[in-house]
Amino acid sequence: MQTKYRILLPVISLAVLLAATFWMQPRTMSYFGVNLLFNLAVPIALATIAQMMIIMVNDIDLGMGAFVSLVACVVATFLHDTPVLGTFMLIGLILSYAAMGALIHRLELPAIVVTLGMSFVWGGLALFILPSPGGASPGWLRALMTSKPPLMPMAVVAAILISIVTHLLIMRSGIGTVLRGVGGNTRAVQRAGWSVIWLKALAYGLAGLFAVLAGMALVGLTTSADANIALRYTLLSIAGVILGGGEFIGGKVSPTGAVIGALTLTLASSFLNFMRLNPDWQIGAQGAILILVLTARLLFAKREVRT
Amino acid sequence: MKTAVMLLTTATLALSAGAAMADTSGKRIALSNNYAGNSWRQAMLKTFEETADKAVADGVVAAADAYTTSESQTTEQAAQIQNMILQGYDAILLNAASPTALNGAVKEACDAGVLVVSFDSIVTEPCAYRIAVDFVEMGRQEVEYLSERLPEGGKLLEIRGLAGVSTDDAISQGIHNGVEQFPQFEVAGAVHGNWAQDVAQKAVSGILPSLPEVVGVVTQGGDGYGAAQAFAAAGRETPLIVLGNRQDEMAWWAEQRDANGYETLSLSIAPGVASLAFWVAQQILDGEEVPKDLTVPFLKITQDTLDEQLASTPVGSVANVAYTLEDAKAVIAGAK
Repeated sequence: MQTKYRILLPVISLAVLLAATFWMQPRTMSYFGVNLLFNLAVPIALATIAQMMIIMVNDIDLGMGAFVSLVACVVATFLHDTPVLGTFMLIGLILSYAAMGALIHRLELPAIVVTLGMSFVWGGLALFILPSPGGASPGWLRALMTSKPPLMPMAVVAAILISIVTHLLIMRSGIGTVLRGVGGNTRAVQRAGWSVIWLKALAYGLAGLFAVLAGMALVGLTTSADANIALRYTLLSIAGVILGGGEFIGGKVSPTGAVIGALTLTLASSFLNFMRLNPDWQIGAQGAILILVLTARLLFAKREVRT
Repeated sequence: MKTAVMLLTTATLALSAGAAMADTSGKRIALSNNYAGNSWRQAMLKTFEETADKAVADGVVAAADAYTTSESQTTEQAAQIQNMILQGYDAILLNAASPTALNGAVKEACDAGVLVVSFDSIVTEPCAYRIAVDFVEMGRQEVEYLSERLPEGGKLLEIRGLAGVSTDDAISQGIHNGVEQFPQFEVAGAVHGNWAQDVAQKAVSGILPSLPEVVGVVTQGGDGYGAAQAFAAAGRETPLIVLGNRQDEMAWWAEQRDANGYETLSLSIAPGVASLAFWVAQQILDGEEVPKDLTVPFLKITQDTLDEQLASTPVGSVANVAYTLEDAKAVIAGAK
């Protein structure tokens, strides 16, 4: 019952916001419109899933935005010019994320500090690869991100695909259950004979994988990169996880919710734009939406305890 | 029915043949701006608003709205551009957060039949129009002016802008081109003034003791007044400082002129370039053939126009000019 509640609220908030957007700007109610509303949410959704992997094991990643920016720079330069080398570099980045997870566990370092520190490393590398904005998206990536599948726009297909794959991986598979267990009760998992260091490395590696996918999707949309392109993703991804029903107490996450959370955040800023709200108020309004949803969740949770 | 169609056709023909104005009366234009945190951008938004309000009131266009992103991030501005497509704007004026990272969104707009005119910070996407600033030429003209005033030449002090920004590189490049063209000059030293008076003053004070006699100071705007203060504090004679249209610089210039007949030149880019972009977009919507790459003229202030410009510039702001339809036509004609 609880997991059902967890997904209900994000779905309702997205539906309400979507209805309001359609009402305010009827032009958005079309194949083309929905795609434009949501296509930039695809990389955010992937980054949110990546962040969710970290939050799932009871950590938090403050370097997500810088890492996605670095990936974007690699994709726009090496993956475009020398695909083989580019692929190896991306795999290397995923492995370094896994290594970071192992290191955090082995030395019992606070993840918040390590990831914040690493964000400067990612940022520096990104500047090193692409000192001034530029690069180009590999043709196949551009074609993929601007494809026009029948019936549903690319953004919606991608969102559904991401949530199904991650739902199967995290909520249904055996290893997913163990990974959630690491966040919920590390000691119990350890006693059951699992190597926690490998599990943490796996969780961070999965985060790295989805962050790489986020960077690739982003470059496919923007056609080029710069070293600061995705800095907003750090906070957006955390907000997306929480908005989607995840909690900072490890183990309580929802992949489908996280994807919906990312869509909601993207839609919220478009909605505020359509409202012609003064930009100075927009950040505040975005925060207000977040607090509103969290308040609603708290009220739900309290009622649940009472009954 | 037939008569109505006939009438309409005649009306359309008459319009396309003669008047330029009425064709765009149903069009809507949006300004996508990434940053509003300094006096230049504030002046830009204000000029755009004035031009746009008047154009809407006169029935030249149906709407002209300005949007500014809250965090100056490329992904945010890309989303903003996509929203503008959805809002049904016919043209988007763009002061871009990145020359390349918005290309995807700009392409979406072009594909949706929306006209994109980028200005000031331009984008590289080929389908967009660009109203660029020739900063290299601006630097060169500074040295050219010095060569007219000081034909025998001498040593120069260069004040640069913010390191790592393309504008700084371009202006400095132009200054060095100018020095090559007029070899009687030599850049004796360079400091970074970050386009701010206080930073420039500190930097110039720091380098002055190590410098020989300097006949001229070439600047990038926003740093001239600080340089003058530094020279005064060091007890050295004020050299010929090329200024950058800031109000404090012009006020200082007027004061010096009244006291000892000081003469110089001030040049920079007017924030009113947004109004130029507006009229260029209007002309394109009107069916005018416009080259994809246009160049903004600089706003030059000379001894003769100083009083007039100083009077019209608010304290803490920068000299401005609101471009008109005629200016836009002249720029377009000049680029053809």
